Amino acid sequence: MAEYQNIFTQVQVRGPAEMGTMGSGAELGRVGEPFFSRFLGWIGNAQVGPIYVGSWGFISLITGTIWFVMVGINMLATVDYNFALFLQQLFWLSLEPPGPQYGLSFPPLNDGGWFLIASFFLLVAVLTWWLRCYRRARDLNMGMHVPWAFAAAIWLFLVLGLFRPILMGSWSEAVPYGIFPHLDWTTAFSLRYGNLFYNPFHALSITFLYGSVLLFAMHGATVLAISRFGGDREIEQILDRGTAYERGGLFWRWTMGFNASAEGIHRWIWWFAILTPITGGIGILLTGTVVDNWYLWAVEHRFAPEYPPMFGAGEYGTSIELPGVATGTGD
Amino acid sequence: MFEPRSQRSQLRDEITSLLLRGGLIGLAAFAVALSFIVVPRLLGQIYPTAQEQTGFRGTGMLRIEFEADLAELGAVNQLPDDWMGGPIPPEPGEELAGDIYENVQVLGHLTDYNFNRLMLAITEWVGQDEGCAYCHGDTGEFASDDIYSKVVARRMIEMTWAINEDWGAHVQETGVTCYTCHRGNQVPEYIWFLPEPNSRWAGSAARYQNLARPAQNMTSNYSTSLPVDALQVYLLEDRQPVAIHGLSALDQEGISNASIYHTYQTYNLMMHFSSALGTNCTYCHNTRSLPVVEGLTPQWANAQIGRQMVLDVNNEHIVPTTEFLPAHRLGPLGDAAKVNCTTCHRGVVQPLGGQSMLPDWPELASRDPIYAVGAPE
Repeated sequence: MAEYQNIFTQVQVRGPAEMGTMGSGAELGRVGEPFFSRFLGWIGNAQVGPIYVGSWGFISLITGTIWFVMVGINMLATVDYNFALFLQQLFWLSLEPPGPQYGLSFPPLNDGGWFLIASFFLLVAVLTWWLRCYRRARDLNMGMHVPWAFAAAIWLFLVLGLFRPILMGSWSEAVPYGIFPHLDWTTAFSLRYGNLFYNPFHALSITFLYGSVLLFAMHGATVLAISRFGGDREIEQILDRGTAYERGGLFWRWTMGFNASAEGIHRWIWWFAILTPITGGIGILLTGTVVDNWYLWAVEHRFAPEYPPMFGAGEYGTSIELPGVATGTGD
Repeated sequence: MFEPRSQRSQLRDEITSLLLRGGLIGLAAFAVALSFIVVPRLLGQIYPTAQEQTGFRGTGMLRIEFEADLAELGAVNQLPDDWMGGPIPPEPGEELAGDIYENVQVLGHLTDYNFNRLMLAITEWVGQDEGCAYCHGDTGEFASDDIYSKVVARRMIEMTWAINEDWGAHVQETGVTCYTCHRGNQVPEYIWFLPEPNSRWAGSAARYQNLARPAQNMTSNYSTSLPVDALQVYLLEDRQPVAIHGLSALDQEGISNASIYHTYQTYNLMMHFSSALGTNCTYCHNTRSLPVVEGLTPQWANAQIGRQMVLDVNNEHIVPTTEFLPAHRLGPLGDAAKVNCTTCHRGVVQPLGGQSMLPDWPELASRDPIYAVGAPE
């Protein structure tokens, strides 16, 4: 029994390396001699490589590297090329978008110009990586589920860094490239536009995000739990449903009255996952362009309650007094 | 030999074992839950807290402080010893300090006794170990204006009058004296200078943000990556409004055009307010919507006035002293040490816990002191 309850995959397949489909020139872009890794075999396929780079992949890697290095050197410049300080402040450092005074014009290099150039390279890197993803799926005669899911994430990326700044008329609205700075941006964005929690698309996005997590956990748990009956062989089970998926389906029908099918559960998860950035992107795109204060919008549309006016500290009674201080009244 | 049992008895065994195990687990859970109620009751609060409600119930508008912290704040917010007794109201025709001493420019209208009483107090509040010499030197030339600290002290006495006379809306009846800020130090402990830019390469977007700045000089970003020029923008130059929100849902009027960078600056100013007063956002705001009027407490209005007061103090009284100050009193960019909220508040909502020193020091309440009838004791 215990052999089915392991953290790591127990069986590793070894043999001649699987090279993938051949012919029609598809093998041209593949690079790297395949090898086997016991460690990777614990968490996935033990075979590593070959990897398909191709011309789009090549462009993507080059432009992505240029973006990465450009951000790094700008961070270094912020600390006057002091490498120790660079490491110490790494999480605080950032390549910032131009100030609001420049609008959509091209600013001086050290005042947002580098940000725009780096952003251009990142844009090329992400879009060519998507093309590569699309071409691989097509060459394998797969459906377009992976490229479209990736495109959903790119939609949010484009809204944040391209569409919304253009609609707002200022590159200063873009998200900085930095660890803490982009978090500060997120907080400031919510503060500036009257609390993003009252943005219904933000609410939808959170629903789909947490829903994805829940569905993913349910599906993963179900498949692991029925793997002792061969349930991990999903494809066979989808085509010719065996006892494993019968049990999985039965479990959910017994516990909640309804069960997704072996194929349908993946549609559930796919839609929940891609709707997270799609709805999120809509919410961001509307913020500042159409709606300026989400809280007031929510009050107007009656899903934020109104409270009586405030009185303030001291009016409700306080036990905060400084010991030994005669006249502290709390306000 | 193995004997297959009937399904029925197997089921019975399973249910029995399930009930047994469930019962034991339930009992353990109950005991743990009970201990969460009983143990604190027996021990009392291990780290006692005090709290106050700052807004309508259910809105999370609340302040909770450790009593140990409050005791510490109480200890450092005691009034200085009143070893000099009260002031003596002037008799008609009494000779004044301006007639007795040379070059008494701002306090010449006090009587000899009250003048010297105030001088001694200032020595204790501001002069530190140097005593009278801090302003007057050790040559005995009390009339000399050669020492910068004496020239600055005059401006500071005028500033104290201005705060007590013009900014009653913020300092109320409590008022301020030299001690409110100085607390025995020649320069108040909590002051700030203009921040140095990150590097000589940095343009406007990166000049003041994206470095964790420590709290020294009080131009801190509290370990965030926010810009540290908030004090300069809001407490010195008054460059832009603090408010960053749209005033209507769709902002059809186009009133609000605050940028994200502007928002960062306001955010940092708000963190300064909170840390200076030892409060949190909900002391003034219902944080579900920071700007709406229904969510603002009266303390919010007081903070508005306080900012105007600090602007006035910095621009009318502090910055003009720059020309008198020696290099070691200036900041890295050659500016005078300026005040912010912490300079007086020092982590408490009311400086000195709301204790007023003015009844003992009417000479600091106003240029024309009003002496209580019947004093001194």
